[in-house]
Amino acid sequence: MANSVILAQLKREQILELLKEGKRLDGRGFEDQRPLSIDVGVIPKANGSARVRLGDTEIVTGVKIQPDKPFPDLGDKGILICTAEILPLADPNTEPGPPSEEVIELARVVDRGIRETEMLDLHQLVLIENKSVIGIFIDSSITDANGNLFDACSYASVAALLSCTVPKYEIKDEAPVLVEGVTSKPPVKTIPVSITMARIGDHIIVDPSSYEEACMDARLTITTNTEGNICALQKGGIDGFTFEQVVRCSEIALSVGTKIRKQLEKLM
Amino acid sequence: MTQLMNENGIRCDGRRVDQLRNISIKVGVLKNADGSAYIEFGKNKILAGVFGPRDVHPKHMANQDSGILRCRYHMSPFSVTERKNPAPSRREIEISKVIKEALLPAVILKDFPRTVVDVFIEVLQADGGTRCAALDAASLALADAGIPMRDLVSACAAGKVADQIVLDINNEEDQEGQADMPIAYMPNLGKITLMQLDGILTPAEYQKCVQTGINGCKLVYEIQRKALMDKYFTNEAQ
Repeated sequence: MANSVILAQLKREQILELLKEGKRLDGRGFEDQRPLSIDVGVIPKANGSARVRLGDTEIVTGVKIQPDKPFPDLGDKGILICTAEILPLADPNTEPGPPSEEVIELARVVDRGIRETEMLDLHQLVLIENKSVIGIFIDSSITDANGNLFDACSYASVAALLSCTVPKYEIKDEAPVLVEGVTSKPPVKTIPVSITMARIGDHIIVDPSSYEEACMDARLTITTNTEGNICALQKGGIDGFTFEQVVRCSEIALSVGTKIRKQLEKLM
Repeated sequence: MTQLMNENGIRCDGRRVDQLRNISIKVGVLKNADGSAYIEFGKNKILAGVFGPRDVHPKHMANQDSGILRCRYHMSPFSVTERKNPAPSRREIEISKVIKEALLPAVILKDFPRTVVDVFIEVLQADGGTRCAALDAASLALADAGIPMRDLVSACAAGKVADQIVLDINNEEDQEGQADMPIAYMPNLGKITLMQLDGILTPAEYQKCVQTGINGCKLVYEIQRKALMDKYFTNEAQ
């Protein structure tokens, strides 16, 4: 696919011509996402897991839950950490090694979406205040990178969380001990849905493919919650947005997000 | 918990909802750098230095058709209450990226193929809103280095505190407030070049928050312009 990304840069003119006629390279409408499929429980050794395909982008996410020490200034809350890795097998341009700027941004944007919507009630994950809490680690492995990793990774992380079971820990001699065979559902309050839009020229398109990403001017990821609020934002890309465009993007994120949320709600 | 706003709508540091912290900027403060600026934005103290256009190392990063922009945002270990590990954190790496992407729309690097413009930002003291203050200084350092630009980039956060939309979130408001939305804006081109959000806003609050942030950026722009003119249009400069 490496050559096709370079090809896509050369194809910018053609993509722009199509956009003027209201069309996209793969035949989608501007606000259409690629097909989304979600399978949960794909990794039985994890406490929760999901394999998500968004078009040709594929991600496997696992949730591991284990006792940990709380962050010093957040002793009354459990720990939530999202990471992501674009596996070398996912993309010919990715090499093994320390995470790139792009991957760090990806993981932090997914993390922010889950954290800022307050999807999980982290107060319910405290074992001993300031000493011992339950940590939820959400690790995403991107296995096929074909555009819009932000949304795919967010859906996979949310799906893995929704389908996870939380093991029970008891405190014995001030240390957490696993209680075998007892689990509970995660303390879910709302369902975050991330919608990423690309601006190419004056056009705003939802769920950009890798071809579209290669020639986009700017990108905006908006995460909304079940109550219809806007909870997290991230602008990216080499150019900007007008005020009118960012307002339009928020409306699109809310309307398109509703469909995705219905799909995610079925996993509860 | 600190009271973030009193019954008269005055914030914990004595400001009104639409008021910026005190800002002072000096352009051209470093001898070695090609361009530089120092900003005090409330209690934030931040230095920005620009080098370039110059040769790219490592060479494979070079672009045959245009110059490239690199950016490093870094916090000094003594800049915050608890000592910060000097190694770059994931937060700093992300901020470096969003700052770079906020400056890219403004700089014109087409005429400098195979070169790099490096922007180095050092946060000497941090007190909420460092990425915006850093951007304000970095944009001036680029101008000071003589890099061709379409516009200055002005940045300022807006947010939600005690159920109200307010301008320029300080450290306490960032920690305990309801939402923080950093915005960077090119005032003459009307373009938002950085936008992030942590916190919950209704669609109406979201619009108001973006508008409040943009208004703040326009206020910052005037201070930036004055700082540039102080260096280049005064008698001492000649």
